[in-house]
Amino acid sequence: MNNLNLTISSSPHIHAKHSTASIMQNVLIALLPALAVAGYVFGVWALALVAICVVSAVTTEAIIQKLCKKAVTINDWSAVVTGVLLGFNLPINAPWWLAVIGSVFAIAIVKQCFGGLGQNFMNPALAARAFLLASWPTRMTSTAYIPAYDTVTTATPLALLKSGDLTNMPSTLDLFTGLNGVYGCIGEISALALLVGGLYLIFKGIISWRIPTVYLLTVAVFAVLVGQDPLVHIVSGGVMLGAFFMATDYASSPVTPKGQIIFALGCGLITMIIRLYGGYPEGCSYSILLMNIATPLIDRFTKKKIYGVAKKKKEVQA
Amino acid sequence: MNVKHGTFRGGIHPPYGKESTAAVPLEFGEKPKMVTIPMSMHIGAPCTPSVKKGEYVYLGQKIGEPNGFVSVPIHASVSGKVVAVEVRPHPSGDRVMSVVIESDGLDILEPSIKPYGSLEKMDAESIKNMILNAGIVGLGGATFPTHVKLTVPPDKKVDSIILNGAECEPYLTADHHLMQTQAEKIVLGLKVAMKAVDVEKGFIGIEDNKGEAIEALTKAIGNDLNLEIYSLHTKYPQGAEKQLITAITGREVPSGGLPADAGVVVMNVGTAAQIAESMTTGMPLYKRLLTCTGDAIKNPQTLEIRIGVSFQSVIDQCGGFISEPGKVISGGPMMGVSQFETEVPVIKGTSGILCLTKEFADVSIPSNCIRCGKCLSVCPIHLEPLNLAAYSQKNKWKQCEENHIMDCIECGSCSYICPAKRTLVSSIRVAKREIVAQRRKGN
Repeated sequence: MNNLNLTISSSPHIHAKHSTASIMQNVLIALLPALAVAGYVFGVWALALVAICVVSAVTTEAIIQKLCKKAVTINDWSAVVTGVLLGFNLPINAPWWLAVIGSVFAIAIVKQCFGGLGQNFMNPALAARAFLLASWPTRMTSTAYIPAYDTVTTATPLALLKSGDLTNMPSTLDLFTGLNGVYGCIGEISALALLVGGLYLIFKGIISWRIPTVYLLTVAVFAVLVGQDPLVHIVSGGVMLGAFFMATDYASSPVTPKGQIIFALGCGLITMIIRLYGGYPEGCSYSILLMNIATPLIDRFTKKKIYGVAKKKKEVQA
Repeated sequence: MNVKHGTFRGGIHPPYGKESTAAVPLEFGEKPKMVTIPMSMHIGAPCTPSVKKGEYVYLGQKIGEPNGFVSVPIHASVSGKVVAVEVRPHPSGDRVMSVVIESDGLDILEPSIKPYGSLEKMDAESIKNMILNAGIVGLGGATFPTHVKLTVPPDKKVDSIILNGAECEPYLTADHHLMQTQAEKIVLGLKVAMKAVDVEKGFIGIEDNKGEAIEALTKAIGNDLNLEIYSLHTKYPQGAEKQLITAITGREVPSGGLPADAGVVVMNVGTAAQIAESMTTGMPLYKRLLTCTGDAIKNPQTLEIRIGVSFQSVIDQCGGFISEPGKVISGGPMMGVSQFETEVPVIKGTSGILCLTKEFADVSIPSNCIRCGKCLSVCPIHLEPLNLAAYSQKNKWKQCEENHIMDCIECGSCSYICPAKRTLVSSIRVAKREIVAQRRKGN
């Protein structure tokens, strides 16, 4: 007999090269353009806020996993993604402690309480944003919009749209690039940068085209139907960030192809209903959170047709 | 003769690893000094050894007597003396009753062996008898007795035979070489099988990365209008029976059914070539093509090897190991079985010996499912592997069954694609085994 030290394992014996960490790293790469625009327009404090979020999120994850005597999985980069996304959802003059509290809430309550990575039923960054919005509404909204050349705060484009104050409305092109004046939270100002990142994720096969496409189309069609400019609705507010980076969160969105379409349709509808008829100027985050809750149900009713199983199975009574 | 195209939904594109052996000419293995022939090399009841220690056996002599209908005889692959009839390690991981023969190097043929004659002189019954007596089983790896496959139950209507030349398993090129070098034999074998089942149509499905094979077979078919070649999209598991049937005929095998329920019988190209070989020479199945490859092998190549030759001997003929192997696999990397040792014999279903280095063999630790849904999008049966595996790990057998776990073909695409390196197909296998055991208990 020979003394080979052979590994025994069940097939398959080869695996795709990607990993959870590589997927998360790609998401971060996709977020870089938007982060760069934020740094360019808002200055260093924007980057600092995002960094505070990242550090708080990663630290919280490590501490909780240590306390629960579980393997510390901060090297999967998922807490970093959550941190960056939460940072993107903060207004530029948010105090540092708001970033910390939001990150702790996102990781401790929304993610780890439900079992950690992949088990959270809501998008942690969005749930944290909703939590901050409910707890410190003035800090989260009133100062959300600062023109780059001025320290005077004004309403966001969507608030202008809602109030009917169209004279102060920035041009659609400005809304699209986000470079010429600032209209919103740190990460949502440049639709172009987010689009570039989003397309990168689709190209890399990390997210499917279904959720972003259907989400944006629903918003556009809804806008046309009520006689508003569909482009303005797509490029302003959080829709671009939401469609590519929030609604596509694996854990809290459906896995079935049909389910993803229904989910995105729901997100688009609720976003527009809140924008046009609700109390808030923007409804992107609430729409996604609401659809997150419906995800298990959607998955259940949109199962694929299984190979060799007839569509309508008639049980023969014995 | 125009080549048609086909494919299926789902599947993966693993690195193919066929380059190292596809272009290397086919080799004939050395005459073995010793062979170990297990009495179980097919799906179905194992054989009973019909020879004793010390007895002299001829090449091609029957040494294992089949038990029951789903079983085939086993023959000596050399002439020489039986030195042991005992339990030996088997590439399935089990230990199996085996006949060990020390070759005299003369290859003296069993005297009763003679050619069966031409196809015209044979009828369906005599063809099936010939196939049974030659010990022919599915050579793609499943090793289902071929005479059983060709015996279609009277309540099913079969209208065509499909030959599987997809060879979608990465690394393996045995069928690729066979199709290039023995195209005529494959076509003859297909015609024999068509006569046995009494059908008019025959198809040969080949992945489109094997252009030379498609060319050779197209030439071998000539202008026979009843035979057609399908060039199939190169994608794993294109060669899985159900996916092959769908790609070529557009039909689906009903859940829990057999290919015959979709009106077809599927056979590997190697099986067809063996049928033709046995008919024209009278020889039973005693050798086969296999690919010995992997980054731990010095000279990867496809060889013709006799049944019963040890893996180690094949590896030595390929120049041995160039670096310490971490894993030795019988078959391909997607569905092959990892081996405890290299002193196991080549059996009828051994399509390859894959030796991977330590670095390749590393088993990653699974992490949390991130619900990316990739397993669901690659599953060729359109199941939800993430959910099935989760049910399995919680022993929820009933939920597994309700979600059609028994339809899983265990191709491993889900485990391959999982970024969290979860062992999805293993969990599914555990559940399937449990469910089968419970069903048996229930009866």
